[in-house]
Amino acid sequence: MMIDNHKLKSKNIAIIGNPNSGKTTLFNALTGLRQKVGNYPGVTVEKKEGKIIFGDGTESNLLDLPGTYSLSANSPDEKIATDVLLGKIAETPLCDTVICVIDASNLERNLYLLSQIIDQQFPVVVALNMIDVAEREGININVKELSKNLGVPVIPTIASKKNGIKELLSALQSTLSISTTARSWTLPEKIKFKHEELTSLLVANENRNDCAAYFEAQTLLSTPRSIDSFHGTYSTEFLTHLKKDHETLDALGIDRFSVFVESRYQWIKDVCDRCVSIRPKIGQLSISDKIDTIVTHKVWGYIIFFSVMAIIFQTIFAWANLPMELIGKGFDWLGSQVGHIIPPGDLHDLVVNGAIGGVGAVVTFLPQILLLFLFLGLLEDTGYMARAAFIMDRLMGKVGLHGKSFIPLLSSFACAIPGIMATRTIESPKDRLVTMLVAPLISCSARMPVYALMIATFIPNESVLGIFSLAGFVLVAMYLLGLFTALLMAFIFKKFLLKGNSPAFIMELPPYRMPSLKNTMLHMWERSRIFLKRAGTIILGVSIVLWFLATYPKIESGTPSEKLAHSFVGQVGHFIEPTLTPLGFDWKIGIGIVSSLLQREVFVSTMGTIYNMENGTDNTLSLRAQIQQEVDPATGLPKFTALTAICLMVYYVLAMQCLSTIAVMRRETNGWKWPIFQFAYMTVLAYVGTFITYRVGLWFIS
Amino acid sequence: MNEATLNSLQPGECGVVENITTTDSKLKMRLLELGLIKGTTIELIRFAPLGDPIEIKIRGYRLSIRKVEAESIVLQRNK
Repeated sequence: MMIDNHKLKSKNIAIIGNPNSGKTTLFNALTGLRQKVGNYPGVTVEKKEGKIIFGDGTESNLLDLPGTYSLSANSPDEKIATDVLLGKIAETPLCDTVICVIDASNLERNLYLLSQIIDQQFPVVVALNMIDVAEREGININVKELSKNLGVPVIPTIASKKNGIKELLSALQSTLSISTTARSWTLPEKIKFKHEELTSLLVANENRNDCAAYFEAQTLLSTPRSIDSFHGTYSTEFLTHLKKDHETLDALGIDRFSVFVESRYQWIKDVCDRCVSIRPKIGQLSISDKIDTIVTHKVWGYIIFFSVMAIIFQTIFAWANLPMELIGKGFDWLGSQVGHIIPPGDLHDLVVNGAIGGVGAVVTFLPQILLLFLFLGLLEDTGYMARAAFIMDRLMGKVGLHGKSFIPLLSSFACAIPGIMATRTIESPKDRLVTMLVAPLISCSARMPVYALMIATFIPNESVLGIFSLAGFVLVAMYLLGLFTALLMAFIFKKFLLKGNSPAFIMELPPYRMPSLKNTMLHMWERSRIFLKRAGTIILGVSIVLWFLATYPKIESGTPSEKLAHSFVGQVGHFIEPTLTPLGFDWKIGIGIVSSLLQREVFVSTMGTIYNMENGTDNTLSLRAQIQQEVDPATGLPKFTALTAICLMVYYVLAMQCLSTIAVMRRETNGWKWPIFQFAYMTVLAYVGTFITYRVGLWFIS
Repeated sequence: MNEATLNSLQPGECGVVENITTTDSKLKMRLLELGLIKGTTIELIRFAPLGDPIEIKIRGYRLSIRKVEAESIVLQRNK
């Protein structure tokens, strides 16, 4: 009994499907909160796994493969999906069963992928998803007939409503005992014969297994490459045979390149003819079409696009205020409670000012980060993201980039890391590299704490044009500065550094859909967990180290300010102060910049720690108030002005202050060359940009 | 005979795929696998607001491609 259980537990199921087929929704419906996100070894494609619990209590692992249209591996994401299925990935076991998610309203193209999966001879269960959408569009599918024709179980599902999940689970359990499914598409007689012959040759002479040989024979027969280019990979005897095959087929007038795809589609057409009846709709625009005529309109399209952006950033700023204050107060309360327990002294200082103060300053920004991911998730799920790429492609083309680069850049508003990872959908290596190089210039959520602190402290709460607050206006300006600098740098890189033609832009425009609350919530939960984990590890660590550096070496007497100036941190800050004076920064900001080299949001916790140290433990003022009230002893005027705040924001817009991004760049480009280049050019850009801002600002004021 | 390339259609016009002439085999394979094989009906839905790319409808779904790529898709124009 125990052994049986164990056996069933170790079953591995993979879920695969076209992009926009509702695969993620189905994955969430099957696994609920039992998910974890990691990476495949060696590459940075996200690996999402979950657990399925069946009715009888047995468990299986469910692996979510990247969305793909075929197994021909055009992009790294598709390559991962293919390699996992073929068992080529380390630490990822071969799947026992595959769930193929098929969009019922888009049957033909989705069946193409299924035919390739059946070819791999996996036990397959088809989840015929969004069956409601298909019915609404007048597409009637005879599920029994379809299952019979495909030779695999077909379960109609509506993943967003959890319909069909039970049936899918029981089909999965019975499939775990089925071995393989027969391939049922066929090639035209003449090429079929050649294909079979070549497959057995590969098995007999080149040591391939049946399945691998079957695919390799297809590739070899269809390849446009000359036979000579395969020398060394195969035996001369084999290549002579292949050459003869090519010649025979060419002489027969068979298009070797497209015949395999065409034969699969012929099979798909036959299957659909038998199982699908379409009730034609006459002259009626679907809702999706109606929305599209407005959203892709010459004028309205761009008005909507820029309004959406403006509303998102305005909302992030306005809505997040209350929860942010509450979190801030919560940490203050925690600090004072802990402060009562620990007697005054170094430990008291370390815990209250160093740890709680530092982490609290960063966690305060969680509401804003949640809202940003909420909006990005909604843009993606509704299908608007693809329309944004559609109307922006021409502009991206102007700077030499691909419309697809727009999505990684847009994702970089959340974080450059998913942004850089999203470039994997770009097929041209040069375009991909350029997009990765400029992605960190887009203002990510980690900059938000810095912007928020500076704006809240120094930008007066006035309104512009009656609708927008000045604070929101400045925030949008910072985001636009990042965006335009990114485009300008992309243009320069493309023109001088990485010349090359723009590659093909092929992108699906999925129908508009109601976003799933559950998907969005799970996505936000995942992201906030990563954020809080960083707050609990890196930021906590940096806060504690910083507290030590700002406390020692100690001097016995003197004001808190003198004590800070005497500490290690104070010494480093003073040491680099001359290089920062031209930018209008003092040594305290210097400390902030140095300590946030690893991570931008650390700046805020550093400032929190430094000011708490300097003004003593018993002060009750918020960080904002402390910064506002600081007076320059030389002039008697406030030390920080709105100009300092703007300069600091410009610096953070342009500077590469993120260790994680550097690490991801190293992994993605497979070396140190590009991350070092990126760090260098962005630092220079930030220094020069801030210098110009400061000088121009001073000139304006005087 | 009324041969035309995809980019020369007007919005609302249809054509049947005859051939894909690009020499870029990766691009050609991608287009084929997405279902643009010989005999498939394509409808041009619209041009993007700045004139490029275009939106097409094939096999019941929407695809966006640039004019440069559309030039390599040869069609029989439907009237």
